[in-house]
Amino acid sequence: MRASRVLLRPVGFAGFGLLAVVLFVAVFGPVLWGDRAAVVETGNLLDGPSAEHWIGTDNLGRDLFSRVLVAARLSIVLALAATAISMVLGIVLGAAPMLVGRRLGRLITAGVNVLVAFPGVLLVLFFAVIFGVGARGAALAVGLAGAPAFARLCHTLVAAVSERDYIAAARIAGVSKIRVLVRHVLPNIAEPLIVNATMAAGGVLLTFAGLSFLGLGVQAPDYDWGKLMQDGLNGIYVHPLAALGPGIAVVLAGLAFNLTGEAFAAAFGIGETSGRVRREAPATADREHAVAAPEPGAVLSVGDLRVTIPGAQNPIRAVRGVTFAVRDGEAVGVVGESGSGKSLTALAVARLIEQPIRVEADHLVFAGEDLMAGGDPESLRKRLGTSLAVVFQDPMTSFNPAHRVGPQLAEVSRFHQGLSRRAAFARAVDRLRAVKIREPERRARQYPFEFSGGMRQRAMIGMGLMGTPRLIIADEPTTALDVTVQRQVLELLAEVRRDTGAALLLISHDVSVVTDVCDRVLVMYAGRIVEELPAADLRTLARHPYTRALVAAVPDMETDLTRPLAVIPGLPVDPAHIPDGCAFAARCPLADDRCRAVEPPLLSSPAGDRVACHKAGQPLPADTVEVTA
Amino acid sequence: MKSPTAAAVPPVAGLWSHRWLRFALRRTGRLLASLWVLVTASFLMIHLVPGDPVRAALGPTAPAELVLAHKEELGLLDPLWQQYGDYLTRLLHGDLGVSITSRLPVGETIAQRLPATAELALAAFLLSMIVAVPVGVVMAVITRHGKGRRTELAFTGTNVVLGAIPDFLFGVGLVYLLAVQTNVFPVAGRDGLDSYVLPVLALAIGPAAVLSRIVRVEMLAVMEADYIRTARAKRLTPLRVHLMHALPNAVTATLTLGGLLLSSLVAGTVLVENVFAWPGLGSSIVSSIVSKDYPLVQGTVLVYGVGVLLINTVVDVALALLDPRSAIGES
Repeated sequence: MRASRVLLRPVGFAGFGLLAVVLFVAVFGPVLWGDRAAVVETGNLLDGPSAEHWIGTDNLGRDLFSRVLVAARLSIVLALAATAISMVLGIVLGAAPMLVGRRLGRLITAGVNVLVAFPGVLLVLFFAVIFGVGARGAALAVGLAGAPAFARLCHTLVAAVSERDYIAAARIAGVSKIRVLVRHVLPNIAEPLIVNATMAAGGVLLTFAGLSFLGLGVQAPDYDWGKLMQDGLNGIYVHPLAALGPGIAVVLAGLAFNLTGEAFAAAFGIGETSGRVRREAPATADREHAVAAPEPGAVLSVGDLRVTIPGAQNPIRAVRGVTFAVRDGEAVGVVGESGSGKSLTALAVARLIEQPIRVEADHLVFAGEDLMAGGDPESLRKRLGTSLAVVFQDPMTSFNPAHRVGPQLAEVSRFHQGLSRRAAFARAVDRLRAVKIREPERRARQYPFEFSGGMRQRAMIGMGLMGTPRLIIADEPTTALDVTVQRQVLELLAEVRRDTGAALLLISHDVSVVTDVCDRVLVMYAGRIVEELPAADLRTLARHPYTRALVAAVPDMETDLTRPLAVIPGLPVDPAHIPDGCAFAARCPLADDRCRAVEPPLLSSPAGDRVACHKAGQPLPADTVEVTA
Repeated sequence: MKSPTAAAVPPVAGLWSHRWLRFALRRTGRLLASLWVLVTASFLMIHLVPGDPVRAALGPTAPAELVLAHKEELGLLDPLWQQYGDYLTRLLHGDLGVSITSRLPVGETIAQRLPATAELALAAFLLSMIVAVPVGVVMAVITRHGKGRRTELAFTGTNVVLGAIPDFLFGVGLVYLLAVQTNVFPVAGRDGLDSYVLPVLALAIGPAAVLSRIVRVEMLAVMEADYIRTARAKRLTPLRVHLMHALPNAVTATLTLGGLLLSSLVAGTVLVENVFAWPGLGSSIVSSIVSKDYPLVQGTVLVYGVGVLLINTVVDVALALLDPRSAIGES
């Protein structure tokens, strides 16, 4: 099965085909062309290419093409022999630390590490001195020189496998070290070793050609490709093909081993594999919403926002028409389970989604400007850079590890507010102080890895405060933090809003965080808003069964702890396969045939609340929501 | 609070220098250990040669007295540990011995030839870096997220083929194309700037191919990182995001590999020098191996080895400065 997978790839096919040809020539070359390669034609010394002699003749009038074919055997045999030496020695050295005592093992590993630092050619030359000039000496030299690299690889692999449970189990069961190695470890590292040996053989072939080319390898009257090249180089003016012909043979044979190795590696799942994403033509999305005009007086107004991820089979509609507004100074929360599209909504609003993910909207108005309309990118950058702050989920990875924290903050002021390096840095220090980072001058000169998680998140908020933000988009800002630190970060956000009057769009899966911080809540499910209501009403007045289930799933002071905690039955909808009708129907205790057939529209109440449910506000059957086995 | 930051710095500096000190000590220790291995190996080389090395060097017809005299001169008649001691003492005084064939001090020969080799390796390294980094970055940008499939395929294909061709073969090919066929550059020797072109190209093409592939893969990985999204959230220009935020993080891996490439370039000069009759260490080590001039071989191997060790150390220090975690995080 694996073999067929290897062959089906073009690389594997080319590699195997080439390797088969090379091996065939190596095995049968001397038999088929041996005589012809030895015929001396004194009338045709150093001839150029002709019908008779495809790449001409050498200084004794012998046919070079035949000689290249005949040389294949010696070249390949020597390369394989050297590879075998490297591999055997490498496995012994690499596995030894596992068998011998700890101290000796460390010594071996250290020795291997020292040797690996020297380039192969240098080691080859060193050993070539010891073993002397000639084919046998060269094979030993190349073999020994390749051993450290194999030993390193083998050691790494052995170390990785040794951590696995079954090895530990075998050890505890009293199986001897040698037996563990032979029966359990080696079979598990055989695949990568063979793959590497195949690729190494290609390299060894080239090294060997180099040695013979230098006159340190195969000696006359024997010849391999390197030797033929050496002979050819002297006559390169008269007869360039004499040197290039064997050179091409070396490269083809080397490629054959390399490609085969890479194809194996790909088939065994070693190394990189490239995923292919099919690009889709813009889909004509089903637009069920009436096109709403941008809401006047809102800092952010989003109309029918759609986010589509092109997939291998069909595009995933992760956000399916979302309309909402955030008024000046208001805090709006977006809650929902993972995969509900809430984070993508936030990123789309911040215009941070890249190709190939597609963002469409009727309008996306921020601070009076439609971000979907385009316009001058330079001025847009400047305005967004100073008035829209974004706080990301994971503070550990959201700072650039290569730069100090202060300059990362200062960048905003330098590039959007035209401050000098020094002035921008001073402002960064000031902003770090504003987000309650102690010793801000010192901290600004540190790298992110010297900050704790909570500090980084505060610094990230501080980065948003470099300008004068009118809106802060915070995407799960507390999810990656400890509970005590979460509280500090939320308080800081609230304080920042008080001080700057900025609005907040807070994305969270945590209902209690949103109720604490926000004025209004949007509940998202399967890429749509299913309910919108004041945060204060969330626990008591929610009308959508999903919202009510979300709230019920959060334990509070009145939760009866003698009963199992409530959970929402079933699994979130797979965004690639959204059913007809209401997406929540399959998990909803109230769902009937209409729910499963007709998607409920998002309807506004006179008070401005919105809900998308055919059964909005109907009483839930108590047993199904609260108890799940 | 308006006072300069100096007041706050000392505790940090103390902590930092402590970490840096540990890094420096560890790195120096490793360098010394490697040097010891290298020196010992080069000392043992002459003793590991099967048979009588002096007899082998002087040939079967050389009179016995001459062989004995040479052995005396090389100290080969002393006990092994004493020879080792003498060898180390001489090395500390910069004395690498005398060549058996030319009777010249080995140090002199090497000093004469080292610049040619160093120039070649350095020029090739710079060229491959200068070519590989921009090519890798540009390829990463235009082939990101499955864009430009054909460009990517052509790029990878070219790279695999170029990476599979050994440098001396490029040398032969270049000689054929640019010297024999078109007569643009000199075939061999080191005389004038144009004589550098072919050997440097021959050395640089392979590493440039490998390196640009690595740069691309690294850039693609880095472009997916959260901090790149942060940089975009700051609304920096794409150019600045790529160059200031992505590249420094991709460079760590590039530099590690580049260091390896530089040390393998040093070794690659051996072959390329022989193609172009370049008057460097590479030509002399091969001829001295063939003529069994062991003192010269020992000295040359030592110089190559020290060169490689120094390069590795410089790369490690550069890495530590660029990415402090690599220095401090390492145990």
